Formats: sequence, structure tokens, C-alpha cells
Amino acid sequence: MTDAISVAGLVKTFGPTKALDGLDLVVRTGEVHGFLGPNGAGKSTTIRILLGMMRADAGVARLLGGDPWADATALHRRLAYVPGDVVLWPGLTGGEVIDLLGRMRGGLNERRRTDLLERFDLDPRKKGRAYSKGNRQKVALVAALASDVELLLLDEPTSGLDPLMEEAFREAVREEQRRGDRTVLLSSHILSEVEALCDRVTITRDGRTVETGTLAELRHLTRTTIEAELAGPADGLAALPGVHDLLVQDGRVRFDIDAAALDPALRHLTAAGLRSLVSRPPTLEELFLRHYSSRPAPHDSSTPAPHDSSTPAPHDSSTPAPHDSSTPAPHVSSTPAAQDPSRPAAQDAPEATR
Amino acid sequence: MTALTGTWGLVRLILRRDRVLAPLWVLPLGLVPISYVASIDGLFPSAAGRQGYADLSAHNAGFVALYGRLQGSSLGELVAWRGGFIPVVAGLFCILTIIRHTRAEEDSGRRELLGSAVVGRHAPLAAALASVFAAGLVLCTVLALGMIGQGLPAAGSWAFGAELAVTGWVFAAVAAVAAQLTAGAGGARGIAIGVLAVAYVLRIVGDVGALDDGTPSWAGRLSPLEWVTWIRPYGADAWWPVALTAGVAVALALAAAALSARRDLGAGLLPPRLGPPAAGPALRSPLALAWRLHRGLLAGWAAGFAVLGVVLGYLAASVADLVPDAPQMAEVFARLGGAAGLVDDYLAATVNLFGLIASAYAVQATLKARAEETGGRAEAVLGTAVGRLRWLGGHLAFSLLGPAAILAAAGLAMGLAHGLNTGEAARQTSRLLAAAMVQLPAVWVLAGVTVALYGLLPRLTALGWGAPVFCLLIGMVGAAIGLDQWLLDVSPFTHVPRLPADRFGVVPLAALSAVAAALTAAGLAAFRRRDLPIP
Repeated sequence: MTDAISVAGLVKTFGPTKALDGLDLVVRTGEVHGFLGPNGAGKSTTIRILLGMMRADAGVARLLGGDPWADATALHRRLAYVPGDVVLWPGLTGGEVIDLLGRMRGGLNERRRTDLLERFDLDPRKKGRAYSKGNRQKVALVAALASDVELLLLDEPTSGLDPLMEEAFREAVREEQRRGDRTVLLSSHILSEVEALCDRVTITRDGRTVETGTLAELRHLTRTTIEAELAGPADGLAALPGVHDLLVQDGRVRFDIDAAALDPALRHLTAAGLRSLVSRPPTLEELFLRHYSSRPAPHDSSTPAPHDSSTPAPHDSSTPAPHDSSTPAPHVSSTPAAQDPSRPAAQDAPEATR
Repeated sequence: MTALTGTWGLVRLILRRDRVLAPLWVLPLGLVPISYVASIDGLFPSAAGRQGYADLSAHNAGFVALYGRLQGSSLGELVAWRGGFIPVVAGLFCILTIIRHTRAEEDSGRRELLGSAVVGRHAPLAAALASVFAAGLVLCTVLALGMIGQGLPAAGSWAFGAELAVTGWVFAAVAAVAAQLTAGAGGARGIAIGVLAVAYVLRIVGDVGALDDGTPSWAGRLSPLEWVTWIRPYGADAWWPVALTAGVAVALALAAAALSARRDLGAGLLPPRLGPPAAGPALRSPLALAWRLHRGLLAGWAAGFAVLGVVLGYLAASVADLVPDAPQMAEVFARLGGAAGLVDDYLAATVNLFGLIASAYAVQATLKARAEETGGRAEAVLGTAVGRLRWLGGHLAFSLLGPAAILAAAGLAMGLAHGLNTGEAARQTSRLLAAAMVQLPAVWVLAGVTVALYGLLPRLTALGWGAPVFCLLIGMVGAAIGLDQWLLDVSPFTHVPRLPADRFGVVPLAALSAVAAALTAAGLAAFRRRDLPIP
């Protein structure tokens, strides 16, 4: 089966600003793909090129096997789009907008429309001007989700939704996912949402793709934090390749380690006599902050990812991980380093050994 | 006063945003009366001739309805009386400007952004009113200097200018009140324009009532448009009606401020109504959507054209009455082919004016497409299986066929009013309908200019307003101030056959249609190829 979206080397300039600078994006048919990047990274521009509203200056874009510019109208029958900033006609009611957009797309599933209106708790009788930002977003979401289409292009669809409605949105996307034949491109800022929903993610910055892959693969690209209590001195640890930010204190060590250098470092620790060991995979936050911050990335992302297909994805989409960061993670609370306030609380179930 | 903090900054913002738009209405309104000086002076150079014209006009119900009562016969008084419709237009523009900077800003959410900055509660309203009041003063100055330049007395010229200014102010203040009532710019605009229309009708009722016994009926006294006629520029030059009208304007502005303090941002004092939970079966295409977006505007224009058509059509028969008492015109009169020729000439000029004004509607309807694009609503439609040309076609149906509808309304109304007056309703109706329809190719040229701008230079689409303003100036002032023929020829309206006075000619209409088609095609071709949306 071909990829639902394949974009390679996309370039788009607006006057002096370069919105896209060789962006790559591959979305496989049937997956929910997270599209992440800071403001101005080129996410909306990419989506507009995929919709045939803008033409790329260079590069190739294919959508559902067609040319997004030349075949725009035919392709749009097979997709639904939710813009990042939903604006409604002030004089049309929400229900009218949902029906109008659905009909112009080629049809609406009436049962699903009713169901979604209820789940999103949306009053379709209000005029466009009377809706809040969140409710406008809901109108566009209902119009898109109630259409029987192959591809959903969602540009930051949950900005403005309250947590309850965000959960309703996640549930709706999970249903799409379970059907298996729907592809979703979800541009987002909300990391927990991406973690909960997406099979694969692409991270962009300054119009370029900096990372792409499953969450598990992305974790391999970044460092794991190791905290260990040792029987003897850990001489020579600092000299090992891939060890960063080493902290030694009263027989305890703490450092960040590149995924590729994990094995030799652990051998070194075992040789010194391990009493306890906590390893914490990077949270998505750390992953993103590293890419979002304007400092040059300390880790060379051009190194090929040590792809380990046997590593299980951290989430099975049917059993979402708890996202409540207030839940204490018991295995780290006992180690002093875990009280370091500069570290964000782990949002994932960390792999811990003791 | 902290409630007004930031007003000056907002005034500058408004001036910056309206630096093109405001001169487009202030300057023509101020300059058009110059053409009246030349034409009235040309027709009636002697005091006796003016007296005869004034005696007739003052007792003609149609003229009195359109321009108000005439109480003198000096050149200045005739010019000021002939400009009696300009205050209504000034009021209309002031209403539109106030709504644009108050309620429309709230609808777009920009007002909220400003409200969170160091901007006092009343500053946005105060800034909008201050800007429009200032525009009124500019209008007053432009008009007064123009009149003085034509050799009219200075005192009367300033009084004439003040008449326009205070009329603008009072309706600006009415719009400011209306902006507090409804949750939506469209509703507020409707209320304020409705007040203007009622004021105009009351003025007509009052003035026409005065024809019988010489005393205006009480109805007129309720209308600000009547108050400003008491100024009587070049006659009484009374300043107390200026003070009265300005005082009412200030009182209304204060009322608007008080009302705005009693409501939430974005909400209106009138409760919002709920609509249908699902779309009707017809709402399924870009054209159906365009109908929903355009129908209010189109209905308003059609109604306005119909009313104006009745008034101007009713006046037609009385044009001939003027002639016997104006011996200076005998030669002109003969050349025009007698009374019937003179009436037809008047009808042709009037229909030509309707064509010019209809092109303003055509530009306005075309600009809706641009507003849909910049407002982010075009994206939602173009993300569905609707192609670009189908989407734009929905709006262009209104910029091209809408003028046909409103011109038909004007032509039918004029024909009926004039025909019933002269007892040949069927003939006059069909003649004037045809006369109105031949304006269409010229209207389409101006619509085509806007479409071409929209496709090729979308950021400059609003410059499309320049085309009807230019043609209006050329048409009304051009001949009077002796412009070169090539400049007059730039306006498509110069080339329209002057029906019903002249014969129908297919060549100019075909040429104009070809120019319009070429402009529109250029705009559509560019629109197909360009990025969307361009902010």
C-alpha cells in the first residue's frame, strides 16, 4: 500500500522568510501521525501545500497517490481538514456550517454527526459569532470527523478545547484508528496528546524535519538518565564516550548517556559493584525541548538511529498510559537525584530496575 | 480620565488603517458641489433666471422631497439646496466608518487584544468617534474652501461645510449607539442605516407638508436631516442649528459610552437569537453559501435603488416645467428636441448616475471574496471538494449579476413613477429598464478591475474602490471643470449609450463587455495560480 502522504525536500519562501527549507514527511496509510514543531516551524504551510492551496517552490508532495495541486478537488473528496484557526460565518449556525462543509465534501454520516454533537456537547443552533474559540473548533471537528473520508488533516485541532473535550477528541481519534483504514495527520503542540494518539511522529524546526519515527525510535536518539549507587569508586566513567553531565556524590552517580553508549557504561558500573540502579528514558518533553530550543542540539541528530524493532512501543494505543504527572513515580522517589526540580516529572512509565 | 487612556494611539491606528479609504469618500463629497456651481451658473447666469428656477423648484414636490425646501435664489443657496442629498451620503459613510472601527473590531476579536493592553474602557469608542468627527471637519474645510474658490461668500461656504460635518457627526453617534445594541456588525449597521432612512423619510414628509401651507409639519422636526436645513447656507447662515445638531451628536455619543459600560465585550444589549440546528436542503454549494452572505447587502441596495428610482422618476416630468420660464435655455432646449428631449436627457443622466453607483455595489460584492480569504473562511470551503473557480464564482455571481438586479430595480421604479405621472407606464417602464440595463457592461468593467486586482495583487484589492470614485468624479465634475476628452474617455460610463435620449449602439457595449471579460479572465487566471490565503 502506498503512503497516504509523502513529502520530500519541500521548499516554500514568502518574500524574505523561508517557511519550508527541505521538509520531509511520510505518513503511512492507516496511521495516526504526529506533526510537531514550534510556532513558525512550517506545519500549517505544509498542510496548505498538501491541500493545494499553496504551491511549493521546490520538492515533491504526494497525497493519497495524487498531486495535491493538480488534483486538488478530486483529492479533497477523500479528506477532511480542520484549520488551526477556525473562523465561522457570523450569520450561519454551527449546524448549518457542519452540514454545508460536509455536503461540499461529498456527504456526511448523519448518525455520526448526531453522536459527535452529543459527545462534544455542542449546541448547533448558535450563530457563528456567538461561539467561543473552543466551540468553533468543535464545529470544524464535528464537520471533519462526521465525514466518511480516508484522510484527516488536523492542524492543532485541540487548541482552545477544555480537558474534558480534549478527551472526547482523543476518543474520537482512537475510534478512527481502530477502524484501521483512516489516516490522520495531527499537527499539535500538546505532547501528552501526541503520546496518547500517535503511531509515529515527525518533528520539524525552521522548516526542516529534524526527527521522524515511532516514539520508541525517537527515544533511542536521545539520552537515558542513569542513577546508580555503587559499592566502589566509579573511576574512568567520565572518560567513557557518550557520558554527559556526570555527577558523583557519596558513592552515588548520576549521568545522561547516549543510547548507543549504554552497554559499555553499564558494564563499567557493574564492574564497580552495583547496589541500585534507576534508568529513566527521556520524556517526550525532554525530546521536544531539545529540538525546540534554539541552541544547537548537543546531540548530532544526523547519526543514524540505532533502530531496534524488538523494542516495544511505550504505549499500546488500547491501553493508554496515565498522563497525570501528579501521580508519584515510586521507583524514583527514593533516589535523591529524583528530587532535582529541574527535571520534569516522568510522564512515561519508566523502565526501572533495582 | 483613565477610561480614555490610549485614545490618541487608537486614533492613529484608525487613521493608518483608513488612510486610503477615508479620502475616498471625504474628498468626493467635498468636491462634488463645485460642479453644481458651474452648472447652475452656466444655466442661469442672471438673477432673474435663477429666481424663475427657484420659484418652480421650491414648489415642486419631487425636488423638495429629494433636496429639501428652497428658500432663496442666490447662486449659493441654489448650490447648497442642490447639494441637499450630500448630507445623507455623508451620514451613511460616517455610519459605515463607525461600525467598521467599533462593532466589526469586536467581531473580529481584535478589540479584545487591544482591550487587554493599556487602553481605557471607553478609548476604542472615543477614538472611532474622534476620527469620524475629524473627518467631518476635513469635509467641512474641503467643501468651504472649494466654494470660496468658486467665488461664493465665505460665511455661507463655512455654514454649508458645517451642515455636512454635523450631519456626519450625528449619524456617527447614532451608529455608536447601534454598535452597543446587537452582537454583530451587520445588525448594528442595519439599525443605524434604518435610523438614517427614517430620518430621511421624516424630512421628506415634513418638507412636502410645508408646500401646502408654508409651515413644515411636526414630523420633520424629529429628523436631524431637517435640523441641518435650518442652517440655510448663503441665506440665513444660522449657526444655532449647527450647535443643536452637534449637541445631539455629543449627547448620543455619551449615551453610547454609557451603554458600552453596561455590557460585556462582544455581547449586545439585545439578546442573540438561536438559529436552525441543521442546514436547509439548498445550502449545499458555494453559490448557496454566497447567497447567504450576500443577500442582505443585495436586498439593501435593491431597496435603496428602488426608493431613489421612484423619487428621481417622479421628478422627471417636472424637468420640462422649468423650461418655459427659463428663456436663456431656449436654444439648448430646441437642440435637445423639445420638452420630451429634455426629459429624456434628464432620465439618461439619472440612469447613468445609477450605473455609477451600482458599480460601487459591484466592488463591494467582489471585496467579500477577499474578506472571506483574509478572514480565514475561504480555507474551510476550499479544503472541501470545491475548486477555486467554483468558490470565487459564487461571489462573482453577485458582483456581476447583483448590479443587474439593483439596476433593474432602479429602472423599473423610475419607469413606473415617471410613467404613472405621464400616463404611459408600460412604455416608460420598458424604456427605463433598457436604459438601466445598458449600464451593465460599464459596471462590469469596474467589477473586472477589482477581480483583476484580487487575482493579481490581492493585498491591494481594496484599491478597487478607486475605480468608481474616479468615474464618479469624472462624470460629475469632469465636464464642468473642462477636463480633456481623453481623460473623460478613461471612464467606461462615458461610452455607455445615453438611453433613452440617444439611440442604442451595440458597438460600445460589446467593447465594454470585452474589456470586462478580459479583466475578469486575467483575475481568475491569476487567482487559480496564486497561493491561498494571502494575508
